[in-house]
Amino acid sequence: MPQTLEPLLRRHEFFAGMDREYLALIAGCARNVVFGDGAFLFREGDPAQAFYLVRDGAVALEVTAPGRVVTVQTLGAGEMVGFSWLMGPHRWHFDGRAVGRLRAVEMDGACLRAKCEADPRLGFDLMQRFALLASRRLQAARLQILDVYGHAPAG
Amino acid sequence: MRPLAEAAGRPWTQSPPWRVTANRRESHDTVTLELEPREPFGFRPGQFNMLRVPGIGEVPISISGDPSAPGPVSHTIRGVGAVTHALCTARPGDEIGVRGPYGTSWPLAEAEGGDLVVVAGGIGLPPLRPAIYHALAHRGSFGRLVLLYGARTPSDLLFAGQLAAWRAMIDVAVTVDTADRAWHGNVGVVPDLIGRARFEPGNSVAFTVGPEIMMRFTVRALLAAGLPEDRVFLSMERDMQCAAALCGHCQLGPFLVCRDGPVFRYRPLARWLGVREL
Repeated sequence: MPQTLEPLLRRHEFFAGMDREYLALIAGCARNVVFGDGAFLFREGDPAQAFYLVRDGAVALEVTAPGRVVTVQTLGAGEMVGFSWLMGPHRWHFDGRAVGRLRAVEMDGACLRAKCEADPRLGFDLMQRFALLASRRLQAARLQILDVYGHAPAG
Repeated sequence: MRPLAEAAGRPWTQSPPWRVTANRRESHDTVTLELEPREPFGFRPGQFNMLRVPGIGEVPISISGDPSAPGPVSHTIRGVGAVTHALCTARPGDEIGVRGPYGTSWPLAEAEGGDLVVVAGGIGLPPLRPAIYHALAHRGSFGRLVLLYGARTPSDLLFAGQLAAWRAMIDVAVTVDTADRAWHGNVGVVPDLIGRARFEPGNSVAFTVGPEIMMRFTVRALLAAGLPEDRVFLSMERDMQCAAALCGHCQLGPFLVCRDGPVFRYRPLARWLGVREL
């Protein structure tokens, strides 16, 4: 019998406090993945079919402009990567690249969406988690674009 | 610690200038000047001096060195205006007008016995560095020491060599707002580091310095992590001109930052931080 990833999900911050019944249910959508340093988890514009729970290492979210690649955020152990699987058109908005050797749990988006549709309570629980995280990331992004270090008073 | 100089209480015109012994580049726009006092000088972590360039002007500059070290006194300066640009180009042998030290200091005694969380943004690290030196010199008096430091880009990071050395002794996490692929560290804002740091919120004291917006977000994150309001301290920057509580330029609500600060406990300051036009 294959080993379930439920214990891994239970220990990950993203699923903290979730009912064990639901963890057991969604563990069927999970698989362990490993990426080497510099490998891409996903590329901008590609279909977004999953999200990732980082266990070790980090993921750099990058955007490519002519002549340069800018890292807009890095997400490390204990963090979740990927909202695009959740909402149409289900395509990645950034590149996701492993920084160092990355161990993560990959959650299948289509599998999860199906389980959420079948059980709206699970869906609501998951949406709350994603909404909270989206709100935090939005606040951080707003602070980032303020460029607070770039405007020191002259003296 | 050496005795505090009596110079702070006398007219600046009677203060003999200090000699520059070194000018060390910390980043593309920031230097550390080592200034040699003409008479015994001591300071407490978090205090500042007024540095004067004749014919150009005078600015408050945090003292960034080890408070227990003898010899020249470190001042880390970012060149953003006429006076600071002149200071940044000072050479060994030049003379700089100095008066001080002024202001309140980090309440290190209050932090003893628990964890100390230091959150710095940009040029906010220099005024915190003396507190870190002190905590390291009295390592047994503190629990976990945590330094969270954010800057605009990797090339803006200060004291890079020292950060690497400190990693062996304390928890150090560094982040930048934006970077290219040559940077293998964290990209994101410094308040986001707070949730990932390891400390006991109920038994911690936090010190933070940086741009005011960054400090507001930092305080929110510290409080959300469980630190009580009266265990959070911040150092404020205002238009300090006299540093003697006479001119009123640095007024912030009922406070004069040069006299009542720059280091404040968050709780009494909280209601004034969000007031527009202050």
